[in-house]
Amino acid sequence: MSVFINKDTKVIVQGITGSTALFHTKQMLEYGTQIVAGTTPGKGGQEVEGVPVFNTVKEAVEATGANASVIYVPAAFAADAIVEAVDAELDLAICITEHIPVLDMVKVRRYMEGKKTRLVGPNCPGVITPDECKIGIMPGYIHTKGHVGVVSRSGTLTYEAVHQLTQTGIGQSTAVGIGGDPVNGTNFIDVLKAFNEDEDTYAVIMIGEIGGTAEEEAAEWVKANMTKPVVGFIGGRTAPPGKRMGHAGAIISGGKGTADEKIRVMNECGIKVAETPSVMGETLIEVLKEKGLYEKCKTH
Amino acid sequence: MNIHEYQGKEILRKYGVKVPNGKVAFTVEEAVEAAKELGTAVCVVKAQIHAGGRGKAGGVKVAKNLDEVRTYASEILGKTLVTHQTGPEGKEVKRLLIEEGCDIKKEYYIGLVLDRATSRVVLMASEEGGTEIEEVAEATPEKIFKEEIDPVLGLMPYQARRVAFNINIPKELVNQAVKFMMGLYKAYIEKDCAIAEINPLVVTGDGQVMALDAKLNFDSNAMYRQKDIMEYRDLEEEDAKEIEASKYDLSYISLEGNIGCMVNGAGLAMATMDIVKHYGGDPANFLDVGGGATAEKVTEAFKIILSDPNVKGIFVNIFGGIMKCDVIATGVVEAAKQVGLEVPLVVRLEGTNVDLGKQILNESGLNIIAAESMADGAQKIVSQVK
Repeated sequence: MSVFINKDTKVIVQGITGSTALFHTKQMLEYGTQIVAGTTPGKGGQEVEGVPVFNTVKEAVEATGANASVIYVPAAFAADAIVEAVDAELDLAICITEHIPVLDMVKVRRYMEGKKTRLVGPNCPGVITPDECKIGIMPGYIHTKGHVGVVSRSGTLTYEAVHQLTQTGIGQSTAVGIGGDPVNGTNFIDVLKAFNEDEDTYAVIMIGEIGGTAEEEAAEWVKANMTKPVVGFIGGRTAPPGKRMGHAGAIISGGKGTADEKIRVMNECGIKVAETPSVMGETLIEVLKEKGLYEKCKTH
Repeated sequence: MNIHEYQGKEILRKYGVKVPNGKVAFTVEEAVEAAKELGTAVCVVKAQIHAGGRGKAGGVKVAKNLDEVRTYASEILGKTLVTHQTGPEGKEVKRLLIEEGCDIKKEYYIGLVLDRATSRVVLMASEEGGTEIEEVAEATPEKIFKEEIDPVLGLMPYQARRVAFNINIPKELVNQAVKFMMGLYKAYIEKDCAIAEINPLVVTGDGQVMALDAKLNFDSNAMYRQKDIMEYRDLEEEDAKEIEASKYDLSYISLEGNIGCMVNGAGLAMATMDIVKHYGGDPANFLDVGGGATAEKVTEAFKIILSDPNVKGIFVNIFGGIMKCDVIATGVVEAAKQVGLEVPLVVRLEGTNVDLGKQILNESGLNIIAAESMADGAQKIVSQVK
């Protein structure tokens, strides 16, 4: 088991003929992901990397039975691409694209109300279930199959956490990058819920950063509902207020969204927070040992 | 992206949002000329900088005649204002807004902002104008009224009306206030604002509802479709290194410390600053070179870090995923050759092509201190600059 994606997930690459999309399509295919179709309007009928290209997502779904898509189209067209995926009734759409205007995402979210599709991202590295399916841009080889769920607002910090886990023999069930934008499709709570219900996930690492209050809300949810241990890390303790730290959503405004506040609430809710990003893995191992889960999580 | 108050008011005027008559002035003569043109008994001389708290810092003066306009204009132009938003170094005033004075009966607050929890734009209002909304939220949260806006419908008149009644706008002026809010919302949506804050909104003695101040901030991700807003950009208000970085799509923010940081990924870049601080150092900057950086981009990034005279050491922390370690190494070596490297450099490389990256650094002849992990790298650079 895993969350959101597994070996049976059939993926469409939206915008497959772009250079970034092509590069990652190759990487995903090499990893073993079932890439069944691509779309680029006007290029239907072509084939790239052995993958058939369609003009529309709907056609691609009808022809291949795909149930997920990954979006690499440029920011100006990304909202349209997400809505197209939702309209085609895919189970999952993962949007990698960065720099989408936030008011576009406000409309997209409104459109998605009551629809079946789950959106992950935008501005995220994607989702990976090790040894089964990789959808996104993360380096596949750092992951190991196992029982720790990872959920994060940051791409490279996810890699850092996964790498630390793999190095210490702790595999991952699924790693989900929810993205660094202020308006996104899937939040911490959605992913924590899924990990809580997944029988193959025994513990979770949650990586947040400054801006907004999503971590605080997630921590409260963990306290009330989570049956599995959660450890955390929050980036941006030293970030100055009023500045956007790379991610559109990473900003302390009006004294709100500070790292210290998030860490305080997480600690209160029973989430152990790693002191530095270098000890995310160690902190998890400490907690696993405390809970008697270490041996169960050790994969080699 | 920020703009000046007078530019914000220019935009609002186009959307039927009432603002006082006024003109921008770059010199004392222009200020006096502007006051003459306005022809009002009283006018206000307002410093134009991209920061709030100007009044308290002496950047806003009421002039009762042209002589006073001249006096105040020469006093404020060229002055460095230090407010709670400028940082201790302050900001030099290079532009003034000369505006007609108005007879203020009462001040209110109106703002539009994105609510991240609901993914909707929210209209916020309060009777406590002139005070920062955060302070009102802290002291008297019951005095803040909010209306969540459906993006399909936009702000509905009944919502604006409800807000106007809630904040006790005199009932004969409620329709004016509604028109004001509807115009403000339209501007917010059509111009891709991130924040639109009117503080204070005033009701005047002659029965007008107008914006005495206007703070508009824009979504930089949407500026590709807002060419007219881009023309309002004032480069003098921005950090020179940040401007240079933006030319190369690098995300760079100047900080006060002396350890230059170069990292890939925003989250890792923030975490790198944190770990440097954790071990007793002070980061000089935030710098995310991004996932798809080329050796050339890395070279430029390195040059920008080295152009900061405060930098006494550099920490490069890379987790190569898509970004390959050999590309980073090539960029670093190239930059060091071009500008000369006189400060200690600690490099931590991990991930894709890491061995090739390390080899390039080793063979470069540069004096590079290798680190095994983030923590090791942070400790090494901190001890180097001490």
